[in-house]
Amino acid sequence: MIPQLVFHDLTLGYERHPAIHHLDGTVERGALLAVVGPNGAGKSTLFKGIVGIVPPLAGRIDRCGLDRRDVAYLPQIAEIDRSFPIDVYDLVAMGLWRQTGLFGGLGRPARERVHHAIAAVGLTGFEQRPIGKLSGGQLQRVLFARLMLQDARLIVLDEPFNGIDTRTAADLFGLVRRWHGEGRTILAALHDLDMVRTSFPEALLIAREAVAWGPAAEVLAAANLEKARRMCEAFDEDAAECRVAAE
Amino acid sequence: MYDLLIAPFVEFEFMRRALAGTLALAIGAGPIGVVLMLRRMSLVGDTMAHAILPGAALGFMVAGLDLFAMTLGGLAAGLAVALLAGLVARLTELKEDASLAAFFLASLALGVTIVSMRGSNVDLLNFLFGSVLALDDATLILIAAITTVALAVLAVIWRPLLMDSVDPGFLRSVSRAGAPAHIAFLALLVLILVGGFHALGTLLSVGILIVPATVGRFWARDVNGMIAVAIVTGMLSGVVGLLVSFHTGAPSGPAIILVAAAAYGLSVLFGPVGGLITGRIPRRHLEA
Repeated sequence: MIPQLVFHDLTLGYERHPAIHHLDGTVERGALLAVVGPNGAGKSTLFKGIVGIVPPLAGRIDRCGLDRRDVAYLPQIAEIDRSFPIDVYDLVAMGLWRQTGLFGGLGRPARERVHHAIAAVGLTGFEQRPIGKLSGGQLQRVLFARLMLQDARLIVLDEPFNGIDTRTAADLFGLVRRWHGEGRTILAALHDLDMVRTSFPEALLIAREAVAWGPAAEVLAAANLEKARRMCEAFDEDAAECRVAAE
Repeated sequence: MYDLLIAPFVEFEFMRRALAGTLALAIGAGPIGVVLMLRRMSLVGDTMAHAILPGAALGFMVAGLDLFAMTLGGLAAGLAVALLAGLVARLTELKEDASLAAFFLASLALGVTIVSMRGSNVDLLNFLFGSVLALDDATLILIAAITTVALAVLAVIWRPLLMDSVDPGFLRSVSRAGAPAHIAFLALLVLILVGGFHALGTLLSVGILIVPATVGRFWARDVNGMIAVAIVTGMLSGVVGLLVSFHTGAPSGPAIILVAAAAYGLSVLFGPVGGLITGRIPRRHLEA
């Protein structure tokens, strides 16, 4: 068992308010981990911390030698400006940023990779379509094509299957399974607990701190879910300073 | 026809200078205006334009109508307000648009006060609405240099700037270029507004940025097309505006922006991309 991500007493948040508190634990290399929890539990913040967008308030994340370029991140679809005049091809090609940088063009092999990725998510023929004209499911397919081009060892998916039809979700989950088979480490924030039970070997239940972490079936026991729900409702806007000793 | 369209520029040097100044300005303003619009920062543009006023006015107070002093003052004040407005929005609960509005009203009031203390009403009018017909060599070179710098810097920050506009989370996950690109863009914005200030004044310089960009939105579906339309619109507004001003005696800066505004009005109605009338012409629906 080789670790890929280690959380050391990790606290992440905004303006001193922790969104996730004192998280300890290890994600093994090649893991397929579902992160579940009520709205406001800190799933997105945890993912933003993992990819380096939100710095820790305390504690640290050990990425075990992974470079920023070895991490691929799927933001929540709501964070994308869909009115922006960019077409499918260009959005997918953003996944090649690590090759192109500020000025690099796309050579023939790179262009073929873009077309191949678009074909792999079933959107051949949509290359020139502006993203504003896509359905939610189609846009999620586009973002998955971009993830494919990033070819990363660690893949972090924030609510990848929210608000899309079952057929698209099944197709995209097929890709996730394939990446898992290739030995990549995958973390996905999910609300569909049935999907977690049937398709994910391991789950982490959080409610602004870790509630349970282990085999999915055990983590999703009724007692744990009830505990998580109560903990999220207890959010205190005027909380006092945390008394858990700092490192 | 010749007398109407060509002769004013052939016979009068001040018209040629004004034309050169507006054309140079339009080339730099096109891409910056389009990015401003796509990033929903039109109000930021307006605020920066006003923010330049007290700085340029201070330069005027110290050194009179001196190009260098007013440019430096304008740049310093614009950058300071960009920084302060950003800080207030980040560190307090006040929404960014309200914070910007507060800054631009304060800047306008302060600028008008300073100019009035030292200068005449004519000076004040020149500050607010520019004096495009009185551009001297130094000012023309300044405007051309600003446009050149703006295009060069834009080329460097272009990709991160656009990626940050569509999908900021993704950009931040792959690169740290987003924040520097945004700051560089704000600096370019102040720079082009200072250039525009000499020709069109603080109240109108933002017009040559925003109005042609909004025209572009109604004629093109991609960013490059919008920029091309914006630049052409800006240039044509310059030519037509100067001619209208020459023949009718209307003030030149406002005439240029009014022509651009007319192009905007026509585009809202007849633009092929989402124009009100074009989009409502009843046609049979397409195949599925």
